Amino acid sequence: MAFTMQEQVVVRCRDLRKTYEGKVEAVRGLDLTIYAGQCYGLLGPNGAGKTTTIEILEGLLAATSGTVEILGHTWRDHAPQLRESIGVSLQETRLAEKLTVRETLELFGGFYHHARPVADVIEELSLTEKADAWVGKLSGGQKQRLAIATALVGNPRILFLDEPTTGLDPQSRRQVWDIVRRFQSEGGTVLLTTHYMDEAERLCDYISIVDHGQVIAAGTPPELISGVGGQHCVEFALDPAPPNASDLWRTLPGVGSAQANDGITTLTVEEPHRTIPALLALVEQNHWRLSQLTTRQSSLEDVFVHLTGRHLREE
Amino acid sequence: MTTEPTTTARPIVVHGRWTGYRMLLLARLRELFREPEVIFWIFLFPILLALGLGVAFRNKPPEATRVVIAVQPGSEHIAELLRRGDAKSLKVELQPPAQAAQNFRLGKFDLELLPQGDAVEYVYDPARPESVLARSIADSALQTAAGSRPAVATTSRVNSEPGSRYIDFLIPGLLGMNLMGSGMWGIGFALVEMRQRKLLKRYVATPMRRGDFLLALASSRLILMIVELILVLGFGIFAFHMKVLGSWAAIALVTCLGALTFAALGLLTASRAQKIETASGIMNVVMMPMWIFSGIFFSYERFPAAVIPVIRLLPLTALNDALRAIILEGSSLASQAAPLAVLTVWGALCFFFAVRFFRWT
Repeated sequence: MAFTMQEQVVVRCRDLRKTYEGKVEAVRGLDLTIYAGQCYGLLGPNGAGKTTTIEILEGLLAATSGTVEILGHTWRDHAPQLRESIGVSLQETRLAEKLTVRETLELFGGFYHHARPVADVIEELSLTEKADAWVGKLSGGQKQRLAIATALVGNPRILFLDEPTTGLDPQSRRQVWDIVRRFQSEGGTVLLTTHYMDEAERLCDYISIVDHGQVIAAGTPPELISGVGGQHCVEFALDPAPPNASDLWRTLPGVGSAQANDGITTLTVEEPHRTIPALLALVEQNHWRLSQLTTRQSSLEDVFVHLTGRHLREE
Repeated sequence: MTTEPTTTARPIVVHGRWTGYRMLLLARLRELFREPEVIFWIFLFPILLALGLGVAFRNKPPEATRVVIAVQPGSEHIAELLRRGDAKSLKVELQPPAQAAQNFRLGKFDLELLPQGDAVEYVYDPARPESVLARSIADSALQTAAGSRPAVATTSRVNSEPGSRYIDFLIPGLLGMNLMGSGMWGIGFALVEMRQRKLLKRYVATPMRRGDFLLALASSRLILMIVELILVLGFGIFAFHMKVLGSWAAIALVTCLGALTFAALGLLTASRAQKIETASGIMNVVMMPMWIFSGIFFSYERFPAAVIPVIRLLPLTALNDALRAIILEGSSLASQAAPLAVLTVWGALCFFFAVRFFRWT
């Protein structure tokens, strides 16, 4: 890991649990440690417990059990001070439609003892042209930038973003990523949740993959990807598909893992140039027909599939 | 809290204790004045209502009393006597007996006269005030024309000064009704909407003082209500020559108390509701009895005596009573201690429970 022991821990939670109404276990013993300056990602499918976790860390929900420390303090003892130090963007907040962008930021800035000048934030988030437009008239991407602006106007040390790019077009997503990178480059710490693996991979220094309220894997994106047994993926489909061939694929040279999903078999491999010829020879030898063959870099999606047997986007 | 230096030397503005409150109030007022519906319901609606009802129930010149005489021997003579006795307020017609009886039954005439030789039989309906009045006018006209002289000398003087008319009764009632309606809708609706939009949750994720938020909501109402008070009373004064006998300071004070009480009631009804539909249902249930019983359009003294003490305990009744006493009778604040106490207790209790039950998320 790129961070030394002297690095300051800004968020730490241990054995976090949240049970709703005594039944639904949304979070089941979750640990995480976030260091100053990190962009930390909680990656997982919908319903994995990401939002519950981030809202507990933001002090908006009470945990059923476990400990949370933000900047070395607990919500119980230092809530007003902590509120001054963090910026929050919730999933799907609809801000007042008949206030302008500037008025909205003046309102949110007014809550903080030390705030950033509204004009600076507007400029930084490329909202200058829309500064005097009503919030109701903004596009989805502009609304999301404004939501992040309301978090940044309080000059936070930690930025919490819950699904910051869900539902946005590719260009708006990139704008949001730029905002996050800029905040981080100026020394801020970021915790974000996402179910987009490309977002986690490009933006985050460190990722916890969450499923069913637990961290099932954690590390830097390269660490996670090398953990699946190969930097590359070979995907192929056979017609007709031989049944239960997974064990057979694992005997091929250099194969880390094999997964079959929807008729497509995915092998994670270290060196495709060794595996593919062997695979083709095997196909030839058995008179199978190869209907598809692709190779690509392994991604966090493969990590998730490897760990759970499911895709991230499956409901 | 450790005072770690902020990560970079970004320019910073330092805000005082009340900046958040000021911004909340400003935002609230901006939102209100940018909502055309708000302008209509708060400012225009009560004035239109006052105008409509004031015109419909204006004090009209007394209408002629319509009497019918069944055609029989002697009916011409009776008609002649009536016309001579009181031509001004009686409108006399002669009709065949069957038709006369039918038209009286249908309410086209207030009184039917059946001549019986020299005598006259009055047919009237004691349940219809105008019928009773017609009998009395006709009788008096007949007796006078026939030469009867009053036993006691009497004179009359007309008095229909402002203060006793329906519009005078109505305007303070409308003011009270609007204080209730806009206090409850304004606070309750706004809160549930913000909760539904997750805006309340977003606010509590900032260092915003929760008390400031409620205070700003209440003060935005007070400002609106003072404007409304001036508009509605001003309308009564200019359009209907209403006379305000009490002190404006006392009226403003009662208005503020009323606005705050209903704001607290609105806060209570909206303290947990997650959906606009739920909140609006609850609010209608709460307001309905007051619309009926609290003497907005007519005096609650018309209800059975047994329920009147209960009616007086409703907050809107207390508000209407105090407003009417001060505006129409020039009563002092001190003399209105009882209704003002009722209002205050309602306000305080509602606020107490609202804050206890209130849900930000």
